[in-house]
Amino acid sequence: MTTLAIEAHGLVKTFGENRAVDGVDLAVRAGTVYGVLGPNGAGKTTTVRMLTTLLRPDGGSARVLGHDVVDDADQVRRLIGLTGQYASVDEDLTGTENLVLQSRLVGLSRSQSKRRAAELLESFDLTEAANRPVKHFSGGMRRRIDLAASIVVTPDVLFLDEPTTGLDPRSRGQVWDIVRGLVAGGTTVLLTTQYLDEADQLADRIAVIDRGTVIAEGTSADLKASVGRSSLHLRLADEAQRDLAERLVAQTLDTMPHRTPEAGVITAPVADPDLVADLMIRLRAEGVGIDEIGVQRPSLDEVFLALTGHAAEDDDTERTAA
Amino acid sequence: MTATTEVPAVERPVRSIAAARVDRPQPPSPLSASLTLGWRSVLKIRRIPEQLFDVTLQPVIFIVMFVYLFGGAVSGSTTEYLQFVLPGILVQTVVMASLYTGISLNTDIGKGIFDRFRSLPIWRPAALLGALLADGIRYVVAGVVCLGVGMAMGFRPDGNMLEVLAACLLVLVFAFSLSWIFAFLGLVMRSAGAVQGVSMLAMFPLTFASNVFVDPSTMPGWLRSWVDVNPVSQLVTAVRGLMAGAPDAGAIGWSLFGCAVLVAVFGPLTMRAYRRKA
Repeated sequence: MTTLAIEAHGLVKTFGENRAVDGVDLAVRAGTVYGVLGPNGAGKTTTVRMLTTLLRPDGGSARVLGHDVVDDADQVRRLIGLTGQYASVDEDLTGTENLVLQSRLVGLSRSQSKRRAAELLESFDLTEAANRPVKHFSGGMRRRIDLAASIVVTPDVLFLDEPTTGLDPRSRGQVWDIVRGLVAGGTTVLLTTQYLDEADQLADRIAVIDRGTVIAEGTSADLKASVGRSSLHLRLADEAQRDLAERLVAQTLDTMPHRTPEAGVITAPVADPDLVADLMIRLRAEGVGIDEIGVQRPSLDEVFLALTGHAAEDDDTERTAA
Repeated sequence: MTATTEVPAVERPVRSIAAARVDRPQPPSPLSASLTLGWRSVLKIRRIPEQLFDVTLQPVIFIVMFVYLFGGAVSGSTTEYLQFVLPGILVQTVVMASLYTGISLNTDIGKGIFDRFRSLPIWRPAALLGALLADGIRYVVAGVVCLGVGMAMGFRPDGNMLEVLAACLLVLVFAFSLSWIFAFLGLVMRSAGAVQGVSMLAMFPLTFASNVFVDPSTMPGWLRSWVDVNPVSQLVTAVRGLMAGAPDAGAIGWSLFGCAVLVAVFGPLTMRAYRRKA
């Protein structure tokens, strides 16, 4: 049996009438990245706050590396790192001061703390900002300092609540890279995100959460497979060969190709992507020139739409604590 | 959105530092955690010195204004009134400064930094105690400014050094005890603005409806009955006595009793709200 870093059974949290989290089950294997995907207000943050001992569940139970988040909260806090949705470092303090503060609070000595702060600032490319108050940092820098603060000592389980919301692509890439590095070092990561491609990129397994419950769970491939098949996208070098090409596609893939409004483009559902190789050989044999060919799997956007009946919003609506 | 996402140039050091394991030492002791968090508040004062206005400029304005405005009318001479009012303004300044505890606590919670502290394996009350300790520095500043300005204007305590120190210490203890109320408000109120509003509401009857500025003997009976039980009045009487070299054991005792009651009631309430704070 593989060890579970996080397990939750029927977690419930209600705020008045609102059941923010309504029976969430999770099982996260140690050493993996687990994505919790959902739109605003789905209950992601509330779930994370319960798992990180900040909020007491109203029902159900959860364990982090075998320690109950309620009965054994102190032990849990010794194992986790948390980066909240709101960058939770002190805006008035400088980068260095924040990291020294954090290091001191996890128990490093004064000199160790200074050394660790300098080391993290250096490797997170924040040295120049070391002596500037965090409130003058850019969005990407803030997120990096926040992440750095979570790993002054290596957490066994790191919780990242929407670590890249509002970041530009370059900063997102940097955050992703830090996450990959941590996982390489053996840390288990649970991250919440509204970005489907983020879950796709980072997570080994994904739970899709909507209105406080998990509505689908699996690898990103599982989720995509549950929604539909891949599709072939073929652009011909010569529009005139379209009829021939369509016949070959139909024969080889055993499906009906769709004619698209785009000149020389054929698409067709693909049950077995392996057959596409056969198709390419036949196209070559018949002298059909290819401009572009690809097999696309359904995006997680489509998955989300299919599962929830509504699109994943990543709008700018104000994020609430729900 | 396509499935192909290019990851920007990988920064090697980031990856390697993230992968290099730093083992977690033993969590800090309660004292060490509280002091560290107190140090944070001190750093914040250094970074934003404006937040000391209420304990530096405000008492100066109060002392100068009240002494020259009312001194002649109330006591016949400004020198005499200064002698009377200075201990009162010292108390008023420090008492008012204590509401800052609630405001800064509420701001911290709103900004999410409290979540980070609470997710750490530190002694739970450390964040609260740290903030309260740092506020002690503000009270000391207030005390020094009040006495400094007062002395410059001609205030002369008749008590000896020890008695003046004891008076200051008593004010500090009282402010520390009172700040538990504001810490509690800071935890349960929705916004820093609300904390300030409610606290100020409590502050006026506490500081003005007292013997800080005038002798209550000319006040109407209903007001006097409040002034007499107002813990701030007891404290002012105690401080006046000490500074005049005639310690009033009764007033000192009542002040300390008031402190004990404040801590006994609001300490547990605050800790409970703190533990529950979502």
